[in-house]
Amino acid sequence: MNGIGVSPGISIGKARVIKKVQIALTGTSLDNEADITAEIERFDFAVSKAINELESLKQNTCLNLQKEDIEILETQIELLSDPQIREDTVEKISSDKQNLNDALIGVIANMVKMFENMDDEYMRARSADIQDIGNRILKHLNIPGDSCSQEFEPDTIIIAEDISPSETITMDKQVTGFATYTGSKTSHAAIIAKAKGIPAVVGCGNGLESINNNDVIILDGINGLVLVNPDQQMIADYTEKREVYIEKADQLKQLREVEPITIDGTKITLMANIANADDMEDVFDFGGEGVGLLRTELLFMNRDSFPTEDEQFEFYKKVVLRSKNKPVIVRTIDIGGDKHLPYFNLPVEQNPFLGYRAIRICLDRTGLFITQLKAILRAAVFGDLKIMLPMISNVQEVREAKNILARAKDELLRENASFKTDIELGIMIEIPSAAITADILAKEVDFFSIGTNDLCQYTLAVDRMNEKITHLYDPFNPGVLRLISYVIDQARKQKIHVGMCGEMAADPRATLLLLGMGLTDFSMGAAAIPLIKSIIINNNIFTAEHVCNHVMAMHNSENIIKYLQKFNA
Amino acid sequence: MISKDYVIMSPQGLHARPATTLIRLTKNFKSTISLKKNDKLVRLNSMLNILSLVIKGGETISIVIDGEDEIIATEAIDLFFTQQLKEL
Repeated sequence: MNGIGVSPGISIGKARVIKKVQIALTGTSLDNEADITAEIERFDFAVSKAINELESLKQNTCLNLQKEDIEILETQIELLSDPQIREDTVEKISSDKQNLNDALIGVIANMVKMFENMDDEYMRARSADIQDIGNRILKHLNIPGDSCSQEFEPDTIIIAEDISPSETITMDKQVTGFATYTGSKTSHAAIIAKAKGIPAVVGCGNGLESINNNDVIILDGINGLVLVNPDQQMIADYTEKREVYIEKADQLKQLREVEPITIDGTKITLMANIANADDMEDVFDFGGEGVGLLRTELLFMNRDSFPTEDEQFEFYKKVVLRSKNKPVIVRTIDIGGDKHLPYFNLPVEQNPFLGYRAIRICLDRTGLFITQLKAILRAAVFGDLKIMLPMISNVQEVREAKNILARAKDELLRENASFKTDIELGIMIEIPSAAITADILAKEVDFFSIGTNDLCQYTLAVDRMNEKITHLYDPFNPGVLRLISYVIDQARKQKIHVGMCGEMAADPRATLLLLGMGLTDFSMGAAAIPLIKSIIINNNIFTAEHVCNHVMAMHNSENIIKYLQKFNA
Repeated sequence: MISKDYVIMSPQGLHARPATTLIRLTKNFKSTISLKKNDKLVRLNSMLNILSLVIKGGETISIVIDGEDEIIATEAIDLFFTQQLKEL
């Protein structure tokens, strides 16, 4: 059965099916003032008992509550004391003469419905909290008593229509996973499962009805799978998968909290390359400290016209709001070359990689460029956005771009829009002429980012797409290494930031070499961060400099690669 | 009466957790504290009312404070929206 995997991991265990108990309407009405007053008093009493119950849950050390659990309890305590719920309930009791049971069921049902109909996924998921507190009050009306702890056998996998927030909290350690009929990524079940580190699959649909107590279940929270009564082979396969996953997850978790500092105390910054706001979660999961490259191409692709300033603003804002105030470097449009837009008809070129692309288009069609710059400037008030220009080949291009940036600011000023006035501007170093004139360019910008993919292709005159010459595409070619080393030297001399966002930053063979050259900012696909980090924390700059000196004296890349591989082994 | 506009600086907007903090903060003051979004005004003592406005990250809302301790309340609210909310 397929569902949405909301908490990764694999669990193998026995099913325990949980059915919801519906509390029914009674239909009896109240006929005198005394009864009305009594019902209102009963409401207040039940609410205060419910609050007490949650408060004591909060302090129950046996439950091993996570930060997320406490937050849910706090929210529910606040909901229980919400004046709106009391007001509506009292209204139904005193005006409609309903008894407390029926009044409360009605009030809660209305509120749940209101939240379920909201056009926001997070708010829709809150309907579960409201239902949950409603049930809690009702429980205190009907059965006076204790909290709802349940006993489970070891390795229980819970199968339920949905799991209420308080049920997830009180679930004991024997529960190793759960699958639900309904639910979404933002439901409590999902949040708590993730915090507890147990796999969960939600939104499986009614197919789960066929599962009985004690059926053997394999729960694959990575792929969103629920397998019922699997054969021996499958169990063996998944047991192995589970071990591999746990080992990997442990390593990741250990490394995530470790700062990338070399043995001798040099702080390195590891950032991620991303394409949209949803990637932000991965960045932090893998221990990244910001975004060294936000590609903006996705924003322009898969549509039939250029995105407006507002559409772009929303895109950048979404990213920056999720960046926890860490730096995010936005690369301006990098279309042309191998990236085409259906609505922007570029003539077919003989040599597209040497043609009309990236900054060259922007400086030619300034309207396009200004729109993007304005959107970035506006979004920058929400965090630490920086602008990066791709494909710079000479200083004149930088100056022109700066003029256009000034015009963008003027326009925003006239429009009375709020924007970041002192945004940092940097350039990609990916064309050999830019690398060789790094000393000149460094005076014009706030930072460099070395794009090794294009730098390699342009330096070596090797088309990345041509399969016949892939062996020549070689970032360890001494020519490429010298260029990179020179760029880092010049940036450091002139005290501007220098980072690297190409493939080489994620290549473990190159890490020591780059550290030795003096590179301190690396940006890569988020998943590569832990590996590079483990190299950094196990080495010192002294060794790295030694490696670098040695490599820079070598003559061909074959020997260089052999040497570096030996060093990492 | 004091009225001030704020841009919501947290990605998830004013969701349950910050709303809880905000409600508890307002309980420290005697003033009536309300929140307004798109001409809809609610008292800041009800989680349901706050959530029902669906306040998202980047949106602008106004806070209206009225009462004897409105100046000090404004300062506290100001701190909440400009600093604390980002960390919640």
